Amino acid sequence: MLSRIAEALFWIGRYIERAECTSRILDVHLQVLIEDPTIDREATCRSLLAAMGVRYDGEFDQAAVLRLLLHDRSSTASVVSAIEAARESARRSREVVSTEMWEAINTTFNQLSSGQLTRMRPADAFRLVRERSSMIASMADGTLSHDTGWQFLVLGRSIERVDMTARLVLSTTYSPGSASSWQTTLRACGAHHAFTRTYRAIESPRAAAEFLLLDRLFPRSIVFGLTQAAACLEVLDPRQRRLGFGGDAARIIGQARASLDVRSLSDLMSELPREMEALQLVCVEATDAVSKRYFEGAVAPEWLGGTQ
Amino acid sequence: MTGHFEGYTPRPATYDEMFDGSDVRRSYTTVRTQIEALSPEDLRARSDYLSSSYLDQGVTFDIGGEERPFPLDIVPRLIDSTSWQAVELGVAQRVKALEAFLADIYGEGQVFRDGVIPRRVVTSSPHFLRPAMGIRPPGGVRVHVAGIDLVRDEQGAFRVLEDNVRIPSGVSYVMTNRRAMSAALPEVFTHHRIRPVAHYPNRLLAALRACAPTGVADPTVVVLTPGVYNPAYFEHALLARLMGVRLVEGGDLVAQAGHVYVRTTHGLHPVHVIYRRVDDDFLDPVHFRRDSVLGVPGLLNAARVGNVTIANAVGNGVADDKLVYTYVPDLIRYYLAQEPVLRNIDTWRMEDPTHREEVLDRLHELVLKPVDGAGGKGIVIGPRATKEQIEELRTRLLADPRGWIAQPVVQLSTVPTFIGGTMAPRHVDLRPFAVHDGERVSVLPGGLTRVALPEGELIVNSSQGGGSKDTWVLSADNPMPEVEPEPAEDGPFHPAIKPAVPPQQEPAPPTSHAQQEQQQLSRSPQPQGDPSC
Repeated sequence: MLSRIAEALFWIGRYIERAECTSRILDVHLQVLIEDPTIDREATCRSLLAAMGVRYDGEFDQAAVLRLLLHDRSSTASVVSAIEAARESARRSREVVSTEMWEAINTTFNQLSSGQLTRMRPADAFRLVRERSSMIASMADGTLSHDTGWQFLVLGRSIERVDMTARLVLSTTYSPGSASSWQTTLRACGAHHAFTRTYRAIESPRAAAEFLLLDRLFPRSIVFGLTQAAACLEVLDPRQRRLGFGGDAARIIGQARASLDVRSLSDLMSELPREMEALQLVCVEATDAVSKRYFEGAVAPEWLGGTQ
Repeated sequence: MTGHFEGYTPRPATYDEMFDGSDVRRSYTTVRTQIEALSPEDLRARSDYLSSSYLDQGVTFDIGGEERPFPLDIVPRLIDSTSWQAVELGVAQRVKALEAFLADIYGEGQVFRDGVIPRRVVTSSPHFLRPAMGIRPPGGVRVHVAGIDLVRDEQGAFRVLEDNVRIPSGVSYVMTNRRAMSAALPEVFTHHRIRPVAHYPNRLLAALRACAPTGVADPTVVVLTPGVYNPAYFEHALLARLMGVRLVEGGDLVAQAGHVYVRTTHGLHPVHVIYRRVDDDFLDPVHFRRDSVLGVPGLLNAARVGNVTIANAVGNGVADDKLVYTYVPDLIRYYLAQEPVLRNIDTWRMEDPTHREEVLDRLHELVLKPVDGAGGKGIVIGPRATKEQIEELRTRLLADPRGWIAQPVVQLSTVPTFIGGTMAPRHVDLRPFAVHDGERVSVLPGGLTRVALPEGELIVNSSQGGGSKDTWVLSADNPMPEVEPEPAEDGPFHPAIKPAVPPQQEPAPPTSHAQQEQQQLSRSPQPQGDPSC
């Protein structure tokens, strides 16, 4: 696998997942604003933008949120930007990306870049983005060989998922007063149905946090994402070692997962904001490690028979 | 005429490929009937389908960083089997002669000693590359892929407009056009026996592998692209994908100790054949442009020691030079001892004083072309130029006569084209593609028909607002026979048959320089009638 192609696939995985998660988050966020009259609108918008890592100095309202996170091509956090970046990566790896997957990405980009999202009702726009993203992900899984390239794609997807779920949980902790905030988070993760099936209709922040952080079967939980990322890294670097780990990324991911495993839930809950920030840092560091190991033009320097 | 073609009038003094006056030419009768059977709404819907499907698939070319879909017209361009046979023979013949020529000028230079072409014509070409002297490419092939541009003149005869043996592009559209058209007009398709084009990537890969360095049992082939901002990036990606090989950029390759490697997530892997779509100038900063970041330092040395095959070979551009073009008929006679199957466009050489004098008197009625221009760049069409433009041209010609040739205005043939809801005649050219594997030259049946979309426009080029047509080469027994079973074919992509033109009576005594002059004079074009556009 060409380093450049591996990198492109990794980022397609991340960007498509980011587009989907962002539209979920926006969807739920707007519903909350509409349904809950008691809520402090400005504070909610502010906390959402903060959680998504957007620096913004203007008025915090719904229009700003939609612009910055949905349809503004100049905002790097927007859905349109994510799709555009995914398409650019796909374009650079077109001989590897399958025709079906490329067309799914390209038509999505064509639809969104024509400014359609600004004209649609927000709820329809979110649905469109979710459906198109799911379709692209499914095309990737269904039409690419599950070889090294696909592993990089899934690795990117998993890391992005961990990052996004951590951001959501963090945004929940910003407004602890709101009774519905964990409900909101569950729905934003697409986890409400699965959570209810697992815990029944027991509304407890503790149960929700446990589910989003530690559930081993739910595909958007943090543990699930970390496990999947670790599995990809294992396939990418299968060397069996008696000591240590295969690479920095594997070590970073493994450490994060172990830390979630061994600590009690109360422990985690007591320091939730810091934990979630730490997890975002894990995603950054793991991505750096993967880039260094795989994307920067091949392997560690080789000895060239004394010529160097 | 009824329906869609009602009111369609071919342009005066122009060969229309579908209509002979008001009669439909035989090969087009079925197409005409079938298209007439469509309602206006249906025709428009299918035409819209072509544009939207290209947008979805990203079938685009890049102009100044902006991706544009390549417009595909709904009316196909048909070539009957007899005409095609001449094209096939003629293109293969030309490629073989150019191969021999390139091998000669980068080697012994016998052609100069025999006085067929003056040495200065070759050495003064900006595309003649001294670093390529003495490189013997594996398998002896330099022109792995050729695209020979043809036009039909006023009489309907195919003539050669120019040779492209550097990095000819456009073949991807031949394949995508076919796919799109079979979806848009399935019923028209099934009523014709059209020679397929889908095997091109297999042929290309086989030819590239066949020319791998000696001793490599299972060669690794890559396609080298300048990157996503190159106008033909779509094509590079498509060919790589369809051949199942890596598409690499300069930075993905590294040359070490005379070998070339590709950087992968598992280290460096050797590369044996590079189908490069990067110009000579940018290929190797060690030898050519030092500021190039598109190429690979050391690539040319690896080619020189024979460890890697560069396809097409470095230095081929000299054969594309439009002044060299004027000598190609002589080169065919000299190297192959055959008469050219396809004629050149009559051409005046500006560096020849007699020609120059004549041309300078007639600038307002001729087409002036820079010899190293590509894509219609720098061409001045006399009858369309203003007085000031003509005077400016005169100054430039006198400053650099080697840099220009002159040709009469050829009224390219037209084909009905669906524009703004009606059928209108538009000028077309044809670029057939040939692949040379060291043993034979195969010509892909059809090629890229480019359409000049603005009315009356004679420059047919994608960068000048051109479109394209699916080009159907019909099998000999078209339309579909009632009972005859399909004749056995050796694959959908026929090898070119050896030129059937008998060799000259006396096997080519190399012409003396005096005879050469004589021929040039006798071949200099006769004044034409009013070449109005």
